[in-house]
Amino acid sequence: MHKSLRHSASGEKAIVTAVTAEGEIGRRLREMGLSPGTEIKILGRAPLKDPVSIRLKNYTLTLRNNEADHILVKKVEV
Amino acid sequence: MGAGIQWQLKEGSTATIALAGNPNSGKTTLFNVITGSRQHVGNYPGITVERKEGTVNINGTRVTFIDLPGTYSLSAYSEEELVARNFLTNEKPDIVVDIVDATMLERHLYLAIQFFELGIPVVLALNMMDDARKQGLRIDTKKLAKVLNCPVVETVARSGQGKKELIETAVKHALEKNQQWTPLNISYGTELDLVLDELTEIIHSNHHLTDRYPARWIALKYLENDTEIIRHGKINDKISTQLEELVSRTKEHCIKTLNIPPEAIIADYRYGLINSILKDNIVTQEKSRQERIDISAKIDTVFVHRFFGPILMIAVLYSMFQVTFSLGEIPMSWLENFFGWISATATSIIPEGLLQSLIVSGIIDGVGGVMGFVPLIAIMFLMISFLEDSGYMARVAYMLDRVLRIFGLHGYSAMPFIISGGIAGGCAVPGVMATRTLRSPKEKLATLLTAPFMPCGAKLPVFLLLIAAFFTDYKAQIMFSITLFAWVMALLVAKLIRSTVIKGESTPFIMELPPYRLPTIRGVFIHTWERTWQYIKKAGTVILAVSILLWAAMTFPSLPEQQTSQFEIERQSALRTIGNETDRQKALVEINNKEGQTALRYSLAGKIGSTLEPISQLAGFDWRTNIALVGGFAAKEVIVSTFGTAYSLGDVDPEAADTLSSRIASDPSWNKFTALAMIVFVLLYAPCVVTVVAMAKESSWRWAIFATTFNTILGFTMAVSIYQIGTKLIL
Repeated sequence: MHKSLRHSASGEKAIVTAVTAEGEIGRRLREMGLSPGTEIKILGRAPLKDPVSIRLKNYTLTLRNNEADHILVKKVEV
Repeated sequence: MGAGIQWQLKEGSTATIALAGNPNSGKTTLFNVITGSRQHVGNYPGITVERKEGTVNINGTRVTFIDLPGTYSLSAYSEEELVARNFLTNEKPDIVVDIVDATMLERHLYLAIQFFELGIPVVLALNMMDDARKQGLRIDTKKLAKVLNCPVVETVARSGQGKKELIETAVKHALEKNQQWTPLNISYGTELDLVLDELTEIIHSNHHLTDRYPARWIALKYLENDTEIIRHGKINDKISTQLEELVSRTKEHCIKTLNIPPEAIIADYRYGLINSILKDNIVTQEKSRQERIDISAKIDTVFVHRFFGPILMIAVLYSMFQVTFSLGEIPMSWLENFFGWISATATSIIPEGLLQSLIVSGIIDGVGGVMGFVPLIAIMFLMISFLEDSGYMARVAYMLDRVLRIFGLHGYSAMPFIISGGIAGGCAVPGVMATRTLRSPKEKLATLLTAPFMPCGAKLPVFLLLIAAFFTDYKAQIMFSITLFAWVMALLVAKLIRSTVIKGESTPFIMELPPYRLPTIRGVFIHTWERTWQYIKKAGTVILAVSILLWAAMTFPSLPEQQTSQFEIERQSALRTIGNETDRQKALVEINNKEGQTALRYSLAGKIGSTLEPISQLAGFDWRTNIALVGGFAAKEVIVSTFGTAYSLGDVDPEAADTLSSRIASDPSWNKFTALAMIVFVLLYAPCVVTVVAMAKESSWRWAIFATTFNTILGFTMAVSIYQIGTKLIL
C-alpha cells in the first residue's frame, strides 16, 4: 500500500517507493538521500504539526508536509 | 611521516587545496585547525557562504587552503553549490579534500561521487571518526580507498587528529596527479548511457564548453537539467538547440516508460553505486550497539516536543538575557569607571580649550560610551555562538517554520533574524548577508527588509541607557519585551510586504537537523572574539570618526564674542553679589550650563536638531535627542556617544561624578514615555548606513531606500503614538 509521507504517523517505519517531485525540489530531495528503496523512520512533527522530521541514512532530515506530499512510502510492519 | 617524505619540494613552490564537504561535516573546524585562522563555525546548514582562505607553509611548499561553502551536491541548486562548483572549474585547485562525516558515509559520498565524475583529484577525509567508533561503526579505510581509487584519511577535526597525515597525503596526491583530471564514467543504465554517448560526441566534436568542463560531465548536466550549464551553453545556439532537443526527447521517453525524469534515474544510479561500494564489507556495525538509541534523537524528544519544545525555547532565550545582564554588569561598571577616570585625568592634564573639549567630550566620552558595552556584547555573542555550534539553532528554525510561513517567511528566516539581534546583541549586517541561504527571492527580500528591526548590539546600549535611567528595576523584563516587540513588528511588516508589494508562493523547506554537539571551547571563543573584535574595531574607526565629526558639528560655529562675554559678565556679577559660598557655586554652575547649552544650540548640529524639533517634539524628542538620532544613521552606537557628548557639553560641572543615565533621568525634558518612545523609535527607524549598503547589495538600492524611508516613518508613527497616549492619558 502506497501513501504519501504526509500521512505517515510518528514512529512509523517505511520504505520510499517513489519521489514524484521534479525540478529543484526533486533534485534537492534526492540529494538529501530520498531515493526509492531508502528506509526511513518518522521521528515526529514540529509543535504546529509541520514540518515533519524523519530519520534516514543515519541522519535527521526535516521537511514540510508540502514537500512530504511528493514522497510515496510503503509502511514497514514491525 | 615527516622526515621520510619522498616528495620534498623545492623552496617556493605552491599548491592549492580546496576543502569541500556537506554542511556540518566539520569542514570549517578542520580549516581552523589547519590554518589557525579565525573563522566562523556554524552548525546551521549553509552558514559559510563566503570563500575563506588560509596559507600554510608545509615542508617548503606554500599551501593555500580554501574553505568552500558546505554543499550536499554539485548541482546549481543553491548559491553555495554554484560558488563551490565555479571555484573548482574556474580556478582548478590542485586537489579537493572532501570532508565526509564517517557516521553518514552513504549520504556524504553522494557529493564525493560528483567530484569523481568531474575528475578533479580528490582526497577523502573520513571525519568524526570518534563518533563513528562510539556508534560501533567499523570502516575499512584501506578497502574504501581502493574501491574509490583515491586516498582516504581518518580524521577527528575537533581534536586535530589526522590533520598532519591528511595534509601530507593531499600534497603528495596533488603532486602525483599534477593537475591531471580523470573523470569517472558511471553507468546510468543502457538507455541513458547511449544518450550520454551521443551527447558527449556532439559536445566533444564541437568543443562545446570543453575549455572549462569534461565533455561527458557537460552531457550529464544537460540530462540533469542543470540551468546554469544550459544557460552557459546558449553561447552556441545551434549546438545547444541540438543538445536540448535530444535531452527533451529522452526525458519524454523516460517519463513514458519509467514515469521518472532522467535526473531522478541519475540520482538513483549514484545511490546504487554508493550502496554497492559500501555493501562490500567496508562498513560494519557492531551488533551490540546497533540498537543504541541515538542521543540527539533522544534529546529531541524533549527539545522539539510539541509542548516542551517552545517552552524550552523561550526559556533558553529568556535565560540568555538574565545571564548576560547579571554577568555583564560587573565588568561594565569597571569599564565605566575606567573611562570616567581617563576623562577626569585628561581634563586635569590638558589645558582648558578646544583641544580638551575634543579629547574629553569628543573622543573619550564618545568612544568610551560604546566601549563600555563590550563585556555585555561579548557575553551575548558567546551564548549565540554556543547555540549555533551546538545545533540548537537548526531546531529553532524547525520549530518556527510553521509560524514564519504564516507571515510569508521561511524557517531559514529565523537565522537572519537571530543574527540581526533576534536574541538581542547581533548585527544586522551579517544578518542581512545570511539571507543568502533563502532560495526564494521573495522570502529573502521580506526577511532582509525586516531583519534590521531586531535589537542589534549597537541598539542595545541605547536601551540599556534608558532602562538604567527610567526602569532600572525591570532590566531583563524590559529587554525581553523589546525583543518580543521587535519580532512582532518584523513579522507583521513581513506579512504586510508579502501580501502587497511582494506576493507569492512559499519555497520548500528541506533542512538537515545536525546531531547535537558540544561546541569546542576554541570554536566558540574564536567566534565570540571575532564578533566582539569587529565591534571594538568599529568603535575605534567608524565611531571614532563619527564622534569627532559630531563633536565638530556640536562645537562649531562657536558662540559669537559678545555672547560669551555676556556670560562672563553674568559670572562676574554672580561672584560679586552672592556672598554665600555654596549659593555662589550653584549660580556659577547654572551659568556655565546655560552657556554650554546656548553654545550647543548655536552649533551646526544644534541648528539641525532645533530645525527638526517642532516635528520630533510630537514624540517628545528634544533637539539634543535629534542630534543623536541623526548621528545614529551613520552607526547606531553613535546615539549613546552623542548623548554622552551632548550632555557633557551642556553640563560642565567638574564635580558631577554622575553617569550619563542619571543625567538623563534628572533632565526635566525626559520622562518614562519619552524613554519608551525613544526605545521604539531607535528599534524601528532607518537601519545604519552599513546595513543599508548590505541590503542594497543583497537586493537593490530601490529596496534599501524603500526600507530606510518606510522604517523611519513607521518608527516615528509608533513613537508619536506611545508618547502622546502615554503623556495625555496616563501622566
